[in-house]
Amino acid sequence: MILTKAQYDEIAQCLVSVPPTRQSLRKLKQRFPSQSQATLLSIFSQEYQKHIKRTHAKHHTSEAIESYYQRYLDGVAKNGAAPVLLELSNEVDYAPSLMARIILERFLQEHEETPPSKSVINSMLRDPSQIPDGVLANQVYQCIVNDCCYGPLVDCIKHAIGHEHEVLLRDLLLEKNLSFLDEDQLRAKGYDKTPDFILQVPVAVEGHIIHWIESKASFGDECSHHAYLHDQFWSYWNRIHRDSILGTSDVKRGSMSAAPPPFLVSAALHLDSPLHLYFVVSSSCCMTHLHEHWLTMQTLTHHAGTHMDTVLTTWKHGLLCRHSAHHMGTGLPRRHAFSSFSPGVPRD
Amino acid sequence: MAAVLESLLREEVSVAAAVRWIARSTQSSEDDPEEAAALTALQPLRKEFVPFLLNFLREQSSRVLPQGPPTPAKAPGASAALPGRPGGPPRGGRGARSQLFPPTEPPSSAAAEAPLARRGGRRRGPGPARERGGRGSGGPEEGVGGESPAWAGSRRPRGSGSPSSPSLPLSDPPNLSNLEEFPPVGSVPPGPAGRTKPSRRINPTPVSEERSLSKPKTCFTSPPISCIPSSQSSALDTSPWGLGLPPGCRSLQEEREMLRKERSKQLQQSPALACPIPELGSPLPSRTGSLTAEPADPARVSSRRRLELIALVYSSCIAENLVPNLFLELFFILQLLTVRRMVAAKDDDLEPSPDSLESPLFQSVHDCVFFAVQVLEHQFQILSYLDKGTLKLLAENDRLLCFSPALQGRLRAAYEGSAAKVSLQMPPPTHAVSFQPETDNRANFSSDRAFHTFKKQRDVFYEVLREWEDHHEEPGWDFEKGLGSRIRTMMGQLSAACSHSHFVRLFQKQLLQMCQSPCPGALGEAPDVLSALGADKLGRLRRLQERLVAPQSSGGPCPPPTFPGCQGFFRDFILSASSFQFNQHLMDSLSLKIRELNGLALPQHEPGDEDGESDVDWQGERRQFAVVLLSLRLLAKFLGFVAFLPYRGPEPPPTRELQDSILALRSQVPPVLDVQTLLWQGLQARRAVLTVPWLVEFLSFADHIVPLLEYYRSIFCLLLHLHRSLVLSKESKGEMCFLNKLLLLAVLGWLFQIPTVPEDLFFLEEGQLSAFNMDTVASEHGLDSMPVVDQQLLYTCCPYIGELRKLLASWVSGSSGRSGGFVRKITPTTTTGLGAQPPQTAQGLQAQLAQAFFHNQPPSLRRTVEFVAERIGSNCVKHIKVTLVADLVRQAELLLQEQLVTPGQEGGDPTQLLEILCSQLCPQGAQALTQGREFCRKKSPEAVRALLPEETPAAVLSSAENIAVGLATEKACAWLSANITALIRREVKAAVSRTLRAQGPEPAARGERRGCSRACEHHAPLPSHLISEIKDVLSLAAGPRDPEEGVSSEHLELLLGQLGQTLRCRQFLCPPAEQHLAKCSVELASLLVADQIPVLGPPVQHRLEKGQARRLLYMLLSLWKEDFQVPVPLQLLLSPRNVGLLAATRPREWDLLLFLLRELVERGLMGRMAIEACLGSLREAQWPGDFSEELATLFNLFLAESHMPQPQLRACELVQPNRGTVLAQS
Repeated sequence: MILTKAQYDEIAQCLVSVPPTRQSLRKLKQRFPSQSQATLLSIFSQEYQKHIKRTHAKHHTSEAIESYYQRYLDGVAKNGAAPVLLELSNEVDYAPSLMARIILERFLQEHEETPPSKSVINSMLRDPSQIPDGVLANQVYQCIVNDCCYGPLVDCIKHAIGHEHEVLLRDLLLEKNLSFLDEDQLRAKGYDKTPDFILQVPVAVEGHIIHWIESKASFGDECSHHAYLHDQFWSYWNRIHRDSILGTSDVKRGSMSAAPPPFLVSAALHLDSPLHLYFVVSSSCCMTHLHEHWLTMQTLTHHAGTHMDTVLTTWKHGLLCRHSAHHMGTGLPRRHAFSSFSPGVPRD
Repeated sequence: MAAVLESLLREEVSVAAAVRWIARSTQSSEDDPEEAAALTALQPLRKEFVPFLLNFLREQSSRVLPQGPPTPAKAPGASAALPGRPGGPPRGGRGARSQLFPPTEPPSSAAAEAPLARRGGRRRGPGPARERGGRGSGGPEEGVGGESPAWAGSRRPRGSGSPSSPSLPLSDPPNLSNLEEFPPVGSVPPGPAGRTKPSRRINPTPVSEERSLSKPKTCFTSPPISCIPSSQSSALDTSPWGLGLPPGCRSLQEEREMLRKERSKQLQQSPALACPIPELGSPLPSRTGSLTAEPADPARVSSRRRLELIALVYSSCIAENLVPNLFLELFFILQLLTVRRMVAAKDDDLEPSPDSLESPLFQSVHDCVFFAVQVLEHQFQILSYLDKGTLKLLAENDRLLCFSPALQGRLRAAYEGSAAKVSLQMPPPTHAVSFQPETDNRANFSSDRAFHTFKKQRDVFYEVLREWEDHHEEPGWDFEKGLGSRIRTMMGQLSAACSHSHFVRLFQKQLLQMCQSPCPGALGEAPDVLSALGADKLGRLRRLQERLVAPQSSGGPCPPPTFPGCQGFFRDFILSASSFQFNQHLMDSLSLKIRELNGLALPQHEPGDEDGESDVDWQGERRQFAVVLLSLRLLAKFLGFVAFLPYRGPEPPPTRELQDSILALRSQVPPVLDVQTLLWQGLQARRAVLTVPWLVEFLSFADHIVPLLEYYRSIFCLLLHLHRSLVLSKESKGEMCFLNKLLLLAVLGWLFQIPTVPEDLFFLEEGQLSAFNMDTVASEHGLDSMPVVDQQLLYTCCPYIGELRKLLASWVSGSSGRSGGFVRKITPTTTTGLGAQPPQTAQGLQAQLAQAFFHNQPPSLRRTVEFVAERIGSNCVKHIKVTLVADLVRQAELLLQEQLVTPGQEGGDPTQLLEILCSQLCPQGAQALTQGREFCRKKSPEAVRALLPEETPAAVLSSAENIAVGLATEKACAWLSANITALIRREVKAAVSRTLRAQGPEPAARGERRGCSRACEHHAPLPSHLISEIKDVLSLAAGPRDPEEGVSSEHLELLLGQLGQTLRCRQFLCPPAEQHLAKCSVELASLLVADQIPVLGPPVQHRLEKGQARRLLYMLLSLWKEDFQVPVPLQLLLSPRNVGLLAATRPREWDLLLFLLRELVERGLMGRMAIEACLGSLREAQWPGDFSEELATLFNLFLAESHMPQPQLRACELVQPNRGTVLAQS
């Protein structure tokens, strides 16, 4: 199922200044019943992260920190059992987990001589029992379990999703008899930046040579696409792409196309979950041309009986592609009413 | 000088004798004594004859090709040129000598000589000016880098004025029918791209009374005619009055009318190009359809004998390599051949002298063509080696057919027999240099920091490169402005020397990868046009049309050194980076690579090897040679560029003193690369064909001082000597191949025309040359005598030879209206990467025997053996790595486990551990050599057998096998003996750190239990799903929650069931996820114990029933016991926070907790001691009073239980159905 740009924008519109809590998600689900919870949550998470990136700085001024801490102290002095910190973060429009971190840092500063190290704070956030103050521990814990966009639990979920899809991808590659090197093997070889998989023998998909595959367990909006492109993909291209594409490039040269058009193929692994697979193909990639040549592929749709099969749908060039950059899960049966962030691969 | 020529013309001296005289100075027995006497008298002038002849011809042709035809005569003519230069440096002392010994001429010719000398002096002005015309076109190209003053302008101060300056002889009218200045439709403005033309155009010199009315001037100064770009209008409107129409009969109105006609004609011809935008500063060639060539008629040639004689002398000079640039002369000749029309001879222009030299040599077009054809006949051999396209154009030339059907026939035959198709190689797509694990991995960097810096740099470098690719062709884009600061920032980060070398390696590799094959436009043809052929026809036609009207980007027959295409990026990068360290590292690296490639043992060819197989081999060998040569040229070019960069200035030092001091200083500086030695070695090993072309590239970037330095001067002399010795007509066994010679002549000729190379260098005295009598008999089968150069390579290295073709093509397109018949179908070829360098063979008899063996075998055999040896050697090392070294690493891991298990050894220092392990294992590395030998012995023969022809005699085969085994073993063992210990060390170190990192509390258990059962189909819910489900429950419990929110106990049960499935199917589970699941499960247990989970159901029942809670706890206990493979943080159950949950419950229930604790102990999940410790620490926390009491009670109870026998505990538990009873009992 393809989510149009308009639909995406509509959902994103509803998410302006909504706290990242269970309740918000429930409301969103009621508002857009046709979208799966995973889709909504993924968009939510991504939109919210954008929001936080924009506003992050203003919550970290010393005045802001001081005022939050004071409000927290006042709040718990009145009633330690009330969700003081959670309400505070909702009120000032900041992620509860991040607010918990601010307050915890401030608290530790006050109670210890040396400023707390990052690892100490992270460890306390992972396990609030380590927080010396019982009330604060409860408050922090509450923030963390209620935050659906930030926090160690959410990070772990994202990490797990990433890992799971890597495994799925590996299975698929094995199933298709494609020889590859995975990240660990590449690291062992000393590569500094590694995609998920480098194909030892490149394959052609839709006439494009694929050298490496990177899967991204996140919703592929334009913004994140650009970010990944900048942070990772060019690095891969700088390292891995090489003249091992003799076959077709020779053909191309023979047929006189001066330089083969640049292609970055972005493919979505269709697992009823927001996930991106990136393949970089062909030779001379140019940043400016990327969007024009964005091929979007729907791979790995499920077929009854067989495990998975590859169905490619290709939109070539231009506008259509720009607007169909977002595509989400099909209406596959969902098993669990409460699933969030769940790829929920049906196992028939 | 003229005396010599005259005596030739009077046939007093035979041409052969004269040429011998010029070339060798000594008299030979063949000479007629009379002739000898005549010539001996002229001895002091001998060296000046050739410059005189060239200048004479240029001057004579000025009527047809006036004002700087692109035939620069780098002929300083006479010494009189020198005083013109302020404080002119003594060039080989010649100037001084000339002054000391004024011309001693026989009195008989004195009268004739005097005016000539004057005249020669006058002509000298335009000499350099022409030269500038020919070379100045480099300006625009060089201007890209903002470096134009340094290069393009270097000649300017020396010339005696620009073409428009007063020094231009007034007798030279701007010949408007000259095809140079007013090229016909689609013609190439040969040579001088229009840089200097606008000035000529705008300030025309009124030179004859015909133009005394200054109509043209009026036209220039009159208001611009609307809608026509001024530059174009000037180009257009001049053509009419240049056609010899009666002057004065034209008003401005009429001219405008003509213009209009011209324009409409143009519009009809190419509607799309009605108003082409002229290139900056260069007017478009006018598309004058009316400018047709005057027909040339052999019958109307004026003085045949004279022309024949001069043609003969001229040709002989060319043949003896007495002219500086062979192709320049050919170009000149073709210009004469394709002359369009002659300016009508003007009476006043002719000096009324009956002297044979004073009357113009070329009195008509017929004379020009006749002379040209005469020379071409003599130069047929060279012509026949030109590419097929040029041959075709020559063969199809109607004038040539008309004047010499015989030559035409020979050319046609040569064309038909020629296979010398020169194709434009497509520029390869940009490839990034791949990550090289051997050199780029962490181990090659001094620190993590350096490694990561380099990692970033690689990305920045490619980012910059991509940006350049995208933008450099956009108008107004400036490299420095766009990328300069980014490059410098990046260079600034390269602090450590090691990083510099890494970056330079990347830079150089990328350079070779991108620029190895010729850049687009190398043949002067826009690649996109050519590549469009074969595409849709419309676009093809359109582009072809564009191509025919657009001035071609050509640098003339002697373009200055440039950085076309991608090379521009690297040039600009170096300039923008302006980093001393980078340049130094780059020079080091380039020098090293040049040495390496220059010394590459290129295959040797057996002249007698004629079977079909060798033909195939030759293609490969030629290709390899071409790749090496092109790489070398590229590297040398950049080396020259960087090496001479600091000294590069716009002009030579102004005064002698300054120059001397600079010379004294510079002569102390060692050369960046000992090119002199390399050249000597190259000449002696008869590998000039490889060495000289790159050396020329290197020297072409020399600054003005370099040729004056003793070191480089000797190189120039050597090159000059070589140039003289490459007589093309001499072909004997062991002599250099024709095309090899041609390549060397072309590059050397080009070098001698470089502005920084002194003009007089070429015409040195023999005395200085004779010192370099080299002995080249040393090696008979040098590279020089092998046909390694083909036309493709020749044209790739010397794209300016293609100018000949363009000139001819412009004639065709202009005369017959055919649109350039020379655009041909292109078959792109690709160059392969550099072949593997054959390993150096060991010294000694055995090696000599092997050499001798190869000598008698086809070269393919040697290549095969060397290839096999190289591969097998390399594979051997890899094999050792995965077998022996891997085994050792496994041993190391086992030893390490033992060490760790041994009590007291725990937490040992990793470095110490490593030392212990290495000391135990490294000795075993010695086996590597034995195993390596065994591997090579087994594998090499197989490979050799598979690769050699089946018919190879058994003895040859076995020898080849043995040599391959030997070489492979040598290679492998050399590497292994040097590196095996380090390799083992490195691998063991990695294994140790891996093991220590993975060192969990129960390493043994972990190892066994990884992975799910064989039957598992991996259908369990995904871990991420479960974490998020449990998180939902936790958040519900932690609140705040709406009243209607809650979970059902069934759901909880289902959840735990799924958790079990997931934990049993390990497929998707990663350790962090499992750890989180474990932690969440403990949290869930705490909530169950504290009864804090909001349950959905009938309103009254908002809590889990005790039985359900226990059931769930049982499930959890079993998961902890059976399924989790990571440590479960069970102590969290007794963390103050989780126990605190109980405090909030009213009434408090302790029995579930107690139950849980008992079960933990019973199942061995937690030790009693650990629980007691937790409970103990719990009491230290702050609690409400009553809670502390209850806690203390629980503690005591638990302590007491430890002494009770198990069954009793069970019974006790079973009889306690109500909450609170536990406490009541206590």
